[in-house]
Amino acid sequence: MAESGTTNPADGLGLPLDHGACRLSALSCGPAWLVAPFPGQEGACGAALAPLGLDFPAPGQVLAEKGARIVWAGRAQALLFDADPPGALTRHAAVTDQADGWARLMLQGADAQTVLARLVPLDLHAGAFPPGRAARTLLGHHPLLLIRDTENAFEIMTYRSMAGSAVHELQEAMRSVAARAALS
Amino acid sequence: MTGGWRIPGRGAEIDRSRRRRFTFGGRVLEGFAGDTLASALMGAGVRVLGRSFKYHRPRGVMTAGSEEPNALVAVLEGTQRTPNVRATVQEVYKGLNAQPQNCWPGPHLDALAINDFLHPFLGAGFYYKTFMWPRRFWERVYEPVIRRAAGLGSLSGRADTGRYEKAYAFCDLLVIGAGPAGLMAALRAGRAGADVILAEEDRAVGGRLLADLPAIGGQDTHGWLAALLAELRALPNVRIMTRTTVTGAHDGGTYGAIERVGLHLADPGDLPRECFWRIVARRTILAAGALERPIAHPANDRPGVMLASAMPAYVNRWGVAPARRVVIFGNNDSALDTARGLTAAGIEVAAYVDPRDGISVTEEFPVYRAAQVVGTRGRLGLREVAVRHAGGISVVQADGLGLSGGWNPTLHLSCHMNGRPEWNETIAAFVPRPGMVPGLEAAGAAAGRFSTSDCLADGARAAAVALADLGIKVADIDLPLAEDRPYGIAPFWAVDAGGRAWLDFANDVTTKDVGQAAREGFASVEHMKRYTTQGMAPDQGKNSNVAALAVLADATGQGIAATGTTTFRPPYVPVSIAALGAGGQGAGFAPQRLTVSDATSRAMGAPMIEAGLWYRPSYFPRAEETTWRQACDREVTMVRGAVGVCDVSTLGKIDVQGPDAGQFLDLLYTNTMSSLKPGRVRYGLMLREDGHVMEDGTCARLDAARFLITTTTAAAAQVMRHMDFVQQAFCAQQRFRFASVTEHWAQFAIAGPRARDLLNGVLDEPVTGESLPFMGCQPVRVGAIAGRLFRISFSGEAGYEIAVPARHGAALFARLVRAAEALGGGAYGLEALNVLRIEKGFVTHAEIHGRVTAFDIGMQRMISPAKDCIGKAASQRPGLMEETREQLVGLRPVDPQDEIAAGAHLYAADAPASAAFGQGYVTSACYSPTLQGWLGLGFLTNGRARHGEVLRVHDGLRGRKVMARVCDPVFHDPEGRAMRG
Repeated sequence: MAESGTTNPADGLGLPLDHGACRLSALSCGPAWLVAPFPGQEGACGAALAPLGLDFPAPGQVLAEKGARIVWAGRAQALLFDADPPGALTRHAAVTDQADGWARLMLQGADAQTVLARLVPLDLHAGAFPPGRAARTLLGHHPLLLIRDTENAFEIMTYRSMAGSAVHELQEAMRSVAARAALS
Repeated sequence: MTGGWRIPGRGAEIDRSRRRRFTFGGRVLEGFAGDTLASALMGAGVRVLGRSFKYHRPRGVMTAGSEEPNALVAVLEGTQRTPNVRATVQEVYKGLNAQPQNCWPGPHLDALAINDFLHPFLGAGFYYKTFMWPRRFWERVYEPVIRRAAGLGSLSGRADTGRYEKAYAFCDLLVIGAGPAGLMAALRAGRAGADVILAEEDRAVGGRLLADLPAIGGQDTHGWLAALLAELRALPNVRIMTRTTVTGAHDGGTYGAIERVGLHLADPGDLPRECFWRIVARRTILAAGALERPIAHPANDRPGVMLASAMPAYVNRWGVAPARRVVIFGNNDSALDTARGLTAAGIEVAAYVDPRDGISVTEEFPVYRAAQVVGTRGRLGLREVAVRHAGGISVVQADGLGLSGGWNPTLHLSCHMNGRPEWNETIAAFVPRPGMVPGLEAAGAAAGRFSTSDCLADGARAAAVALADLGIKVADIDLPLAEDRPYGIAPFWAVDAGGRAWLDFANDVTTKDVGQAAREGFASVEHMKRYTTQGMAPDQGKNSNVAALAVLADATGQGIAATGTTTFRPPYVPVSIAALGAGGQGAGFAPQRLTVSDATSRAMGAPMIEAGLWYRPSYFPRAEETTWRQACDREVTMVRGAVGVCDVSTLGKIDVQGPDAGQFLDLLYTNTMSSLKPGRVRYGLMLREDGHVMEDGTCARLDAARFLITTTTAAAAQVMRHMDFVQQAFCAQQRFRFASVTEHWAQFAIAGPRARDLLNGVLDEPVTGESLPFMGCQPVRVGAIAGRLFRISFSGEAGYEIAVPARHGAALFARLVRAAEALGGGAYGLEALNVLRIEKGFVTHAEIHGRVTAFDIGMQRMISPAKDCIGKAASQRPGLMEETREQLVGLRPVDPQDEIAAGAHLYAADAPASAAFGQGYVTSACYSPTLQGWLGLGFLTNGRARHGEVLRVHDGLRGRKVMARVCDPVFHDPEGRAMRG
């Protein structure tokens, strides 16, 4: 639940939504810090993250420890979730609060991968994109940080302002996939 | 067969217990579940399905596949009308409503059939020669008439509201076509554990097996297919996609494919009509089979004339007789097999006609060897076939004529990356060369191997090759026994017997047209195609290309191999634009970006206006206001007199951090940012590499190693991209990084003489003019919320911008608006914001539109002489700082109530309004309630030296001419007392 006087980007979008074997729901927006190591400082950043039990992630990697999580988020950047950045980190990296910049959604269910295949131009076979992987890509027209939690659960992060149209695109894909599933 | 056209005991794909009522051209007819529209119409005895394109000749079904050139119909669903649907592909469903095309009032009686009598005048090149004179007739007479008569099918004219889909798929091996070769390839690769996609255009897998029903591995076709399908379906790594046509081969192993998803259902519900797939395959096997080609003989286009191979397809797949008494005219062994198969199925073969001399005549039907079909009769359906043989001409009574001029491998996809196929004399057809599309190999009939046994073996072989290439181990596979008859053919393309012999049925191109093209100098195959339009109809020449170029080769005396083919391009079959654009209808065209204040603004009645992808409030109408101008004027006056609140969250915000951040910003901006003190803000200008102005905005230094720059809403992404480029290209080793924080911070402008009063009602610790001077910034707290406060102004009033994390934005905006209203102010929108900045002469992208320099906008002094910056050297090129350049000026109409419009041009009072006399143009204009008159900003040749001159502001679009005086672009408070005070 959002604290009083605050809004979640998914407010008013009618979530959760269920279509066929898929559910789209909103995630709460806890702390999120963009960590961008200065050139060549990934190792030093990893050391600075050690007190959290984390390291600086390799491309596509998700590292989690005791509730805190760090997710690769593009060239020379990662997002640190649900933890405050250790002070030493700012000597080696630009650290930027982005907790409110993202809409965070969860798509789960047996058809989640099939739904995303309508919108995400990546190979999402479990062999190519297994649980614990992240990718910076597109959801239709929308910028996307995609994290696979389990075989059938994907975290979908797009810009806060675009939450409404991203949910619309996902809903349309869910409807189509549910109709196909009902056919067979 | 008694009475009807259905054949008892045949038709594996129809379910006679499920009748399907449909209409064709208003007639209610009945077919069965599993029928195509073509088979259902055939079953109902309908032979004429439409009229031909040019001569409006009655036409019937020609093929049993997607290559159909004749049987194109319109399908109506509600208000939607889909033209050029191939009846051979469209499946029948309850309530299907189809209509014949290209005929009025109907297919049996058609007004434009007059064209057929005019055919001597309508040959190739007719338009080019006939409609040349008189010249002025082209636009007024010829073109409108031709337009009305031209074109295949018609659209509803309404927006397509159907559901469509796009999707991505990935695999190790894409197998295109599920005939014997494709099935064996998929099976072998599937057993080896590879990710396989088997794409089949038809609703059923089997390819030619379904029509020819050969025994395989000691079983009947259907038994063998059922067992194989069961195994394939049980393999989780094999995905069988039926009703899916691969339409294009593109770079990097990417293939386009169109899937018919809901087009065969009476009530598709939420199903998309079609899905356009992008399939990325590491290896591909093209097992698309082969297409039979007709023979051009006089009057070979009557309903009842079809491809020989289509006949057993209708008999064996849908249990329908294409005719009661047929003649087969072929030049190859497959045609003879077809005649035998039809006889076995109980269809009377009245004659087998073959130009070859050496063939056997001991058949169950009359065989005419060394013979040709030289004519047909039957206006709305074939009645007689004239056969010329050694003994003269015999007339054979027949209602069906099957043509087989041999088989063309379906190699189109292999040519999509500009490869050219090679001519194979043995089968008299083009075959793909290896390597035409990287990673793709043709197998089976698509590679020119025609016996069932060869196809099975070749599919299995190709799978092994592809998987070995990928390092996937494949096991041996037992090849089932199947027919392995040799395929003999003697090339034969056209009967020389006078009369019109059709090559391209869809576009009404005859052998005469091709001959004429050659005679008139259009002897290259590409020229012939364009001159005659052969191959340019929806079937894209699938039925006619090879025969047409053979006829051309004959006319020019060159061989077929030397003549070559035209270029095969994607898509292989027609693809609806709606499927390619799936998801892009209406608001799906682009993402919508909404601010945190969006709901509040809409609740206040504000009309929203698009700014890039963002939606921003135009103005906030109040009860007594009936026009936008009233609201806008009130909001401007409110800001100048009290206080206004505006959501400026859409401006780009980029956080730049690191010890070298200042150095980077100095390179980026024309002015120096590294000297900025923490807690201070500076206005800055960025140039493109070509020296023109890219962007203006502010840069705040939050602390020693942290800057926050703001960009205009429109250019935020461009600036971010530019910064990425500059960082990667010139500063890759410097210690700084930047990140967009546009979405994290909600930011509101508070402007007006009472701005500070409002602000101090919100902040935990009040600010004073001294504690936060103009162009200062500081952290603030709003209750428990940590925010940032900037003292900057885009309105020219005492102004602040307060930023809080976005989750708090909606609440803060509502609170600020309430507080402003209590102080006699309120929210203001984009219209007022624009008026406020024009009054102050502040530029936006209306002025810095990409063609102006810092010199032009009067900011040359902002390019620091003490350092370099991106674009500085280029900005010093000759001509970019001349007095003759158009410079930013203000414009005030001589009569203040005369309206100036943006986009108008500037002329001397009495000069004509033409480009040669143009002296400049207006970029922004507004009515200023502050100055009680119209204002304009614009560019004028040598404008800064011409303040005081009177010019004509000519708005040619609206026909308005206004006299205006040139002035300084800062109209209001030029000393800036209000915002500094």
